[in-house]
Amino acid sequence: MPKDKIDVDYYHKVVDCQWACPAHTPVPEYIRLISERRYTEAYMVNRESNVFPGILGRVCDRPCEPACRRGRVEEEPVAICRLKRVAADYKADVSAYLPKPADKKNGKRVALVGAGPASLTVANDLAPLGYEITIYEKNDQAGGAMRYAVPMFRLPPEVLDEEIDAVLNLGVEIQYNTPVSSLKQLLSDGYDAVFVGSGAPIGRDLTIPGREQADGSVHVGLEWLANVAFEHITKINSRVLVIGGGNTAMDCCRTARRIGGNQVKVVAPESYEQMLASPWEKDDSQEERIEFINHLLPKEFVVENGQFIGVRFQKLKQCYDKDMKWDPVPSGEDDVLIECDDVILAIGQSTAFPYIEADIGIDFNDRNMPIVDSTTHQSSNPKVFFGGDAAFGPKNIIWAVAHGHEAAISIHQHLQGKDVKKRPPHGMNLVSQKMGIHQWSYSNDYSDDQRFKVPHVEVDDRIDKLKLEVELGYDEKLALEEASRCLNCDVQTVFDPPSCIECDACVDICPLSCLTIAKDEPIEQLKLILSAPVLNPEQGMLVSEPLVQTKRVMVKDEDLCVHCGLCAERCPTGAWDMQKFTLKLPKAGDV
Amino acid sequence: MSYIPKPKVSHPGLAKNKLGLTIRDYEGGLSTLCAGCGHDSITAAIIKSCFELSIEPHRVGKMSGIGCSSKTPGYFLSSAHGFNSVHGRMPSVTTGANAANRNLTYLAVSGDGDTASIGIGQFAHVIRRKLNMLYIVENNGCYGLTKGQFSATADVGSKSKRGVANEMDPIDPAAFALQMGAGFVARSFSGDKDQLVPLIKAGLNYNGFALIDVISPCVTFNNHEGSTKSYAHVRSHEAEVNVVDFIPARNEIAVDYAKGDATQVTLHDGSTMMLRKLDQNYDPENRLEALKQIQTHQMKNEVITGLLFLDPKESEMHDMISTPKKSLREFELAELCPGKEALEALNKSWG
Repeated sequence: MPKDKIDVDYYHKVVDCQWACPAHTPVPEYIRLISERRYTEAYMVNRESNVFPGILGRVCDRPCEPACRRGRVEEEPVAICRLKRVAADYKADVSAYLPKPADKKNGKRVALVGAGPASLTVANDLAPLGYEITIYEKNDQAGGAMRYAVPMFRLPPEVLDEEIDAVLNLGVEIQYNTPVSSLKQLLSDGYDAVFVGSGAPIGRDLTIPGREQADGSVHVGLEWLANVAFEHITKINSRVLVIGGGNTAMDCCRTARRIGGNQVKVVAPESYEQMLASPWEKDDSQEERIEFINHLLPKEFVVENGQFIGVRFQKLKQCYDKDMKWDPVPSGEDDVLIECDDVILAIGQSTAFPYIEADIGIDFNDRNMPIVDSTTHQSSNPKVFFGGDAAFGPKNIIWAVAHGHEAAISIHQHLQGKDVKKRPPHGMNLVSQKMGIHQWSYSNDYSDDQRFKVPHVEVDDRIDKLKLEVELGYDEKLALEEASRCLNCDVQTVFDPPSCIECDACVDICPLSCLTIAKDEPIEQLKLILSAPVLNPEQGMLVSEPLVQTKRVMVKDEDLCVHCGLCAERCPTGAWDMQKFTLKLPKAGDV
Repeated sequence: MSYIPKPKVSHPGLAKNKLGLTIRDYEGGLSTLCAGCGHDSITAAIIKSCFELSIEPHRVGKMSGIGCSSKTPGYFLSSAHGFNSVHGRMPSVTTGANAANRNLTYLAVSGDGDTASIGIGQFAHVIRRKLNMLYIVENNGCYGLTKGQFSATADVGSKSKRGVANEMDPIDPAAFALQMGAGFVARSFSGDKDQLVPLIKAGLNYNGFALIDVISPCVTFNNHEGSTKSYAHVRSHEAEVNVVDFIPARNEIAVDYAKGDATQVTLHDGSTMMLRKLDQNYDPENRLEALKQIQTHQMKNEVITGLLFLDPKESEMHDMISTPKKSLREFELAELCPGKEALEALNKSWG
């Protein structure tokens, strides 16, 4: 109907959270189910998209939240991630609704390297279709980075176990303590396809003077976290310096704080604001009395008379130039020595493929990363697929899940003899939510509430308890109040030009001034005369076909629409309707 | 009509007027009229006009009688003064209010029943009095509150929802106002805010009696085929004689008008009306001609819109009765009633 034909992507983009989520979780749908206290269904809606709602409801990177429309009409987005946890916390027994093992195997064998979120997602999608899945895992437990890199006080093992078991129970074979040492061998074992989901498990070391001499006191963050997770390390000295500014640094400092670190400092070359760690991770760390020192560049591990003393730093004025490229500029002040007993390095991580032989047809680029198709996840060896951090470098769990779903589609297509490049299309459903006059099947009333804070365990009660989960999660009352902040962006305003009598009722009532009826002109001209200025040109803009009576057009700037439905309530002819958008995301087996 | 309140949240990029207010600050309560009612659109035009004129909402008196139209002052300028009076008696109440306090802006909303039936006597006399007010008739040609019977403004031949044609001759509020001596007479259409908003702004600034007859379709009872007051009929039978651009006194005239393209009229307060003619033969300062044109278009089944008549000699009731500039309510008792000695002195002066 609009000049630029409205397609799946137009409506999908209106649902900012779902559009931003790599796995395209239908966020408003599950939040509505929470509002109706239908937690089990809310959980299953999540599981369908992201496989690990309980885990992600605690430790997701939440790309959805910065995208949330609520953050544009007021300050804070809806606590999407924490509501996901609510669904997981309050759900009933879901075993009856989980995917079932295949009745009959289809005779195809697929090997998965590493039991992290990417591989588990592939297993989740392929096992019910009859594939024989074998996962090779180097540790004695499954989960990958979710297990070894995320501390238990953020993600309790029971939650991990429950959601990982739901996948493994699909008749998936897993071989623990079995690192893959040769991909060539694996391929010659008769697997029809191999999925590499071995992550980016190598923490970066810091090669500055004194590194060797200080070795006993310097730990590489990822390794150290894994050792704590698997209980190989249970203590650290009291004065701890964590070098780095990302989320691993936050996990390291907070872990150190719990196993002996009394004076824990985080030192980073960038400013506090530039640190890559999520804001809430920084907040939690500060709450635990961890000191942040910024604009310091490590120069030397200082060892005197065989004794590690501390780290010497150069003071910086800046570490990035204005294009955010690495460009450290010293401030000219004297170097500082920060004394400490232990140092934990959290300055980056990388992939490692020592087990991939050069002669098995897998091409690598100049950064030693396999060349992988970004859509199909297929490598230059058509039988080998990559996903998660192993495919394109370190990202996060939700990306690994998204990769897993796509790779599963590819593997299925490949093994059914179909072209992996021909992706099944995204579909959609639009269903009117009108129940009667002024009655909608969703709550269209606007909640004025500000974001509710998730209750935490008191700081003093958590410091010495490594396994005590810090976040308590919303109680039911808070959860329902927070859920009501969701704007239901998936309930779309759908316009039918021939029905419009141009009475202006919708334009007059719209609280966010989204609508304009204007002379039919090119969109750039139209943008200049809208009811309110365009603040986000990236957002969708509907321009209708010419209207019947005056040949003018209806224009809607989607940016700030709060989906209150008043345009549809005020419309005397039903030209505006509120219709629920459901994205039909293809899965392996749908094709 | 809606059950949920309009969310308070607004677009962060909304323009602010000279008082630092946004258009949302000129809103009122949520309308309980039917969805798509022309009256709601007029409400929105009033809100826009007052916002753009930077009128202080508390310096406005909203006056109305009874009817769908007369409910609407509840839906705009919630911090203005208001009087929802007896059916057809709004002109008298407004006269009283204006007599006591001439320094408010009087914005009156009435309907075709309230004006042309029960209130026609009051309507006639308030015009004769030249009361300084803007009188908006929200004219839908029917009685919406009592299920759509023809009102006195229904055209001959216009059909009711049940298909019965009206046989009685209509009262035309604009022609009637011209005959009673109104200084500012306009007609507009609720579905055309580009025309209506400048007319409301000009009417609010006119020093004297200003009438705008706004055709406002009743979406429930009078918006069908055969009605002469439906959205579709008005749009296809509208004869727009001129376009008004209203420029308040404090604003510079930014639009560049080609010579001969527009007539400039300066009002008493220094504000300017730029009148662009669409019908070259139309002279809005000629009362006789205006009456003739209204009749002529009526006979052709057309709805004439625009500024139909403007008397540039703005005069109003207070000029006729020589009351002071200061409003009556601002006088102390001693000033209003100077006492026995003053009376005796006055009597003596006549010898």
